[in-house]
This record gives sequence, C-alpha cells and structure tokens, in this order.
Amino acid sequence: MLTYTLKRLFVALLILIVVSALTFSMSHLASDPAMAIAGETASAEDIQEIRRIYGFDQPIWYQYMAWAGKALTGDFGTSYHYREQVSVMLAQRFPTTLTLGICALAFALLLSIPMGVLAAIRPNSLIDRTALFIAVLGQALPTFWFALMLMILFGVQLRWLPISGNATWAHFVMPAIALGYYSTPALMRLTRAGMIEVLNSDYIRTARAKGLRPPTVMFKHALRNAILPVVSLTAVQFGFALGGSIVIETIFNLKGVGWLSYDAILRADLPVVQAIVLVIACFYVVLTLAADLLNAALDPRIRVR
Amino acid sequence: MVAIDNRSAEQILEPSPLAKLRRRIFGHYSFLFGAGVIVLMVLVALAAPLLAPHDPYYTDLSKRIQMPFWHADTTPAKYNPDHLLGTDKVGRDYLSRLIYGAQVSLLIGFSAMIISGIIGTTLGVLAGYFGGRVDLVINFIINVRLALPVFLVALSVGFVFGASLEIVILVLGLFLWDRFAVVMRSITMQAREMDYVNAARAIGVSTPSIIVREVFPNVLNSLTVVATVEMANAILLEAALSFLGFGVQAPEPSWGLMLNEAREYMFFHPWLLTLPGLMLFLLVLAINLFGDGLRDVTQARERA
Repeated sequence: MLTYTLKRLFVALLILIVVSALTFSMSHLASDPAMAIAGETASAEDIQEIRRIYGFDQPIWYQYMAWAGKALTGDFGTSYHYREQVSVMLAQRFPTTLTLGICALAFALLLSIPMGVLAAIRPNSLIDRTALFIAVLGQALPTFWFALMLMILFGVQLRWLPISGNATWAHFVMPAIALGYYSTPALMRLTRAGMIEVLNSDYIRTARAKGLRPPTVMFKHALRNAILPVVSLTAVQFGFALGGSIVIETIFNLKGVGWLSYDAILRADLPVVQAIVLVIACFYVVLTLAADLLNAALDPRIRVR
Repeated sequence: MVAIDNRSAEQILEPSPLAKLRRRIFGHYSFLFGAGVIVLMVLVALAAPLLAPHDPYYTDLSKRIQMPFWHADTTPAKYNPDHLLGTDKVGRDYLSRLIYGAQVSLLIGFSAMIISGIIGTTLGVLAGYFGGRVDLVINFIINVRLALPVFLVALSVGFVFGASLEIVILVLGLFLWDRFAVVMRSITMQAREMDYVNAARAIGVSTPSIIVREVFPNVLNSLTVVATVEMANAILLEAALSFLGFGVQAPEPSWGLMLNEAREYMFFHPWLLTLPGLMLFLLVLAINLFGDGLRDVTQARERA
C-alpha cells in the first residue's frame, strides 16, 4: 500500500508541475502582461520600465521558477488590476463558490440517489422509465439556458427568488439547482446500475433468506455497497461543478471564484487567472488521488497493478 | 442434383441478421427520434438559404422586437405576419437566424469532434496496443489534460487570440479528446489479446497494418458512441462560450450568441431567450438519443 501511495503521490505532483508550467508559459508567451498593466495610454518607456520592475525581461523558465517557488508558499503574486494579493482575493471569494458547489451536489444527490434506488428496485417499470426519461432530458439541457429559464420563471414572473447577488441563502437556490441538475443523470445512472448489480448478488439473497426486513436489506446491505462508486464519481463531479460555476456565477452575479475568473480574463489579469487554473487543477488532482487511494484501500487487487 | 440444406428448422425460420438489425432499429423509438431530428437539422442547415424567409444579417431598425405569432397583441405595430417568430433587437428576422444557427452549431460540433477524435483515438490506440512505457506516458498526458479546466482555458484563449468560429473549433478540438483516448485505450487493450491479432502477428504482419486492419475495426462501434457524446459536448460548450462573448462573434447567428443578445430582454420578451435555447436542447437531445440508441443496437448485434 505504501509503495502504491508514494507512486500515486509522485504522479500527482508531476501533473501539477506540468499543468502549472503549461499555463504559465502559455499565458506569458501569448500575451504581453506589461501592456495589460500599463494600460492603453502608456508610453513605450513606461512599458519598458514595467517590464524591468515585474521581471518580464527575464527568461521564461526563470520567471516560472520564481512564480512557482512563491506559489508553493501560498503567494500567487499581486493582481494587475486590483493591486491586491491574489491569495487574499481567492480566500475572500472561495467560501461563496464552495457553498454553491456543496449545495449543488447536495441537490444532485438528494435527487439522484432516491431515483436511482427506486429505478433499480423495479427495472423497466414506470418509475424506472420516468427516471431514465428525466436523466436523458437533463443531460441535453444547456446549463446556462436552464439557469436563464429558472430566472425568468421564479425570479421575474413569480418573483419568489432573487436573481442577482449573494446576500442571503435564497440567492443560492437557483444557482445550486442550475449547477446541480447537470450532475444528476450520471449519478442516477450509476446508483441504478450499482443497485441492480448488488441486488442480484448472493449475500442479498442470503440476507433475504434469513428473513431480514426488506428496508434493512435495502439500506444496510445493498445501498451501502452500491454507493461506493457513486462517492468517487461525486468527487469528480465536484471538480466539474467548480468549472461550471464560471457561467452560473456570472449569470447570477454570485461573486465567487467563477465570477472572479471571468472578471480577471476580461481585464487580462494574468496572476489571478493562473492562480485559479492551478487551484482547480489541484482540486482535481487531490480528489482523484483520494478516490484512487480509497479504492485501493478497499480493493487490494488495484494495488498490485 | 438437389443441394441439401442441413440447417435445422429454427435456423431456416429465423430471420436473417440484417432483418434482425432492421427490426431492432425500427423498434427503438428514441433512436429513431434522435436520428430523425439529426437528419432534419442537417437538412435545415444545408438548405438554410432556401428555407430562411429573410436574410439573417439584414437589420431593419424600424422593425425592432416584433412579436412571434402566438403573442396576443397582434396589432400591426407589434406583429408582422412576414416575421413568423418575430424579430430581434435590431430588427433581424428571428426564424431566419434560428435556421442559420443550425449551421454554426453543427459545423462547430462536427469539426471539433473530428479533431478531438483523431487526437484521442491515436493516443488511445497507441497506449492500448503498445502498453508499457508508451501507455505510461500517454496516461500521464491524459491526466494533465483532465486537470486543466477546459472552459477557463477556452475563455482565456478566446480573450488572447480574439474569439472567432475557427478559434472555438480549434480550442474545443484540442481539448475534448480525453474521453476518446480513455475509451479507445481500454478497448484496444482487450482487442490486442484476441487470437486473430496474435495470429496476424505470428504470420509476420507489420504492426501498423495490424493496428489498422485487425484492431481498429473492433473499436469502431465505441468510437461512434464517444463521438456523439463529444459532439453534443462541443455544441454545448460553444453555446456557453458564445453566450459569455468569447465564442462566435456578432453578427453571426449562433444560438449561444443569440441568447447573449437577448439577455437584456429577459423581463419583457422572454421568448427571445426561449427559442434559441429550445433549438440547442433539441439538437443535443437528438445527438444523445442517437448515441445511446446506437450503443443498444450495435451491442445487441454482438450478443446475437
């Protein structure tokens, strides 16, 4: 187990190094950060001066090493536009996005697990077909359009929910639904498939033969085992939710990390964009690493491969 | 001399494989629906100049925001039977723009899918066939790609290089190959172990020829299914990018861009937002149903 863990850790670290080097060099080669800082009215001398102060005249690998070294200590530099510490800006915005992500996943799980279980109890029944129908429709619904439709219905016409900002819990309801429903079809299908497989297994037959009450068999014996792959998919979906939050946060003017990244791109605020890409990559790598290690701990066969 | 048919009665009475396939296809309603809508959309896109009642780029500021036909207020100032689905904020015919929008979505979805399909299949088949170090390196590349947030990168590229239809196709094509690679890798790994592949190797067939002639036909079914998923994905991403202003640029009639332009009319003219979204939804739904159905139909053939 130790060798496997170390090996996976090494690969995870290598992925982060490559991702950060890629984003850093791409963004620095493709655009001129000195121009972005100086603004449109700056003279050629000003721009030269800014290049020297910020160190843009150094070779790219040198700049990367300096940036990466600081990033390791949590220092992502200063925003070109807001003149603020990027780490402070991220820390301010992160709770909003985290709240949104957790609410969205909670919504998705509350919808998909009961539907998946009900569908698995009677495959091909009316319930199963309805659940599948909802899943198929859900997968085709463009997230941002769904968000706009929710806004028109519940915000503009019924006036039940606020459509912009993040002042109260009510501001999170529509964004969470719009972001969460997208994960629902995949989670539901996985729950259903897992439950069908487990319900046909020998130990469930034994449990039933022992005369255990059906709810006990269902929840204590079946769901517990079927839920494992759903947990690791949830981890991956959480990473997707962070990516999807860009559009949703922009639409609902929810000022989290997604909103910040859109704002930063519009202002060519490189340090902010780089930091967000790296943070999202970190999330993905850590979550998949955790899922891999969990699976390896549960299933010894994975470790030897 | 009479040829003796030594098949059993069941074998003779059983329908031919082709008839079975036909029966499966026509019994699969969601597959038929998906295929039907796709064919319709492609025809609409190809025949757009014939079908569209107006020039989708022609603006007429005297006819801004005309109502669609189902609207209650049909006074001549607000409704004009010439514009069945009304007009947008600069007086362009909405129906014509919706029709031309099919061209943009299909073109981007298809081109991005082809580019990512070529990259992903090449990587996946190489990793799956050679294994070992090749597999290790390609697996690493796949993981790096998965760690990069596609949407954020696409937005940044759009900002730096200037957003356009070509850039959107290129970025999506260069980023959406991960699922192709993952699926092709695992299927090639299985196909590699087949007896006929070993046999081909034993009689000295060259490696490229084995990959193309023996392995590739096996991955074709799954390839088509993944292709539909990624095409739908690319269409949705393009719409979202255009909606944020970093995709297809005005005055092109992209459904995502139309949603962007209609956003300010959310309060009084929500139908401007409903229609392009419905088109997107219908197209993506059709592609998904087609892909799902294709999997059912072809898998059943393998079992039979």
